[in-house]
Amino acid sequence: MPIRILTILLLLGTAATALAADARSDAQKQVQFGIAVAQRGLWREAIYRWERAVQIDPKYAEALNDLAIAYEHEGDLEKARVAYEKALELEPNNALIKQNYELFKEINDRTTRKDSQDNQNP
Amino acid sequence: MTGRLARIARTTRILSSVAAILLIAGCTNYYEIPIETPIKPKLDVSAFQRVLVAGFIAGGTDDVDGNLETTRLLRSQLRTKSDLRVIDTDVLPLMEVAVEDKGVPPEAKAEPAKTDGASDGKEGREKEGKEGKEGKEGKGEPKAEARGEGPQPSSAEKAPAIKDAKDLEPYEHVFADVEYWKKIGEEYQSPLIVTGTVMFTPHQRSGIVQREEEVYDSFGRRRVVPVRTYMERKGYILQPKFIFIDGRTGTVMHSENFREEVLYNANQSTPALSSYFELMDRLIPSFLSTLSSQKIKGTRVLLQ
Repeated sequence: MPIRILTILLLLGTAATALAADARSDAQKQVQFGIAVAQRGLWREAIYRWERAVQIDPKYAEALNDLAIAYEHEGDLEKARVAYEKALELEPNNALIKQNYELFKEINDRTTRKDSQDNQNP
Repeated sequence: MTGRLARIARTTRILSSVAAILLIAGCTNYYEIPIETPIKPKLDVSAFQRVLVAGFIAGGTDDVDGNLETTRLLRSQLRTKSDLRVIDTDVLPLMEVAVEDKGVPPEAKAEPAKTDGASDGKEGREKEGKEGKEGKEGKGEPKAEARGEGPQPSSAEKAPAIKDAKDLEPYEHVFADVEYWKKIGEEYQSPLIVTGTVMFTPHQRSGIVQREEEVYDSFGRRRVVPVRTYMERKGYILQPKFIFIDGRTGTVMHSENFREEVLYNANQSTPALSSYFELMDRLIPSFLSTLSSQKIKGTRVLLQ
């Protein structure tokens, strides 16, 4: 009896792993295509591809990193920030994602400078 | 037997090293890509077609006329890097206006900033000192007759009384004078008005600094090593405050403070004016990003 349960669990585990690997493989194809089009300057298409990749595999940090870069390029800094932070949450030790995020933060901080006082009298 | 085991162990080690290298190479599939991040302007200036850089209350050193130089520089930058039409006119004597406006104590009544013709751009810097000018929009432009604008005094030979930020305080109320700015706005067909304060002060600092030094070892090989030494350095601090006023209503829309400093070796002689431009160069992009969208170029790494 325990052997049967163990076998079922093992089969379920294997199936789950296979599905996850499949999802990652599909997502990787999207990421790869996204990179190819981004290199040709087709950033909208790249965003579509990387968004698909993240939908397929929400734990794909590299796809989130690429998506963040594309958002940054489109001037959507808030979306870029969220994507970078998710990517770093998934892979906190990834030096390349960290480096991209630091460069992004420099620009983002500049646009949201605290020392500017909108609608205030001097 | 032991020899065979050792061989197997060595082969396993080599194979695992190769596998690790391949794994790392596989994992770090990356592509550098140049990007241009568009930055939206901080201020919505779509309601304005023209911009008037009115002038600044300036102080600090008497080597640089902060009012005149800042006005010229901003006008020329706006002319080339913004869609707004730049109004060329005399620099407003804001210190005089402030003094007349609200009884500034006589001891604080500083010499007004130099207000000789501030037509910049094509005329260039050699125009300094000339009186009267014809700017791009000079023809048909209503002459500034606002309160306080009188004959342009020459103050080149006198030291400014504003030496630090505290000395600016008695004059700053002028920026909140809605009626004054509204009147200026009416004269120039409701432009966006840029004004503010500029402090450009010399300073010096001494301490330990790290510099690189060439050394040669016993074999005559050259090496560059970091050396920490005590140094006296002098330079300047630039602290402008840019105030953006709606020429239609005379109210302040936005204000922004900046601070930049530069230090040189004490034995290095750098003219104050070139330091001023060096520091202004650093903050001009931020100033421009308030009014017009900018693109910041950079490089990022795409990962697979």
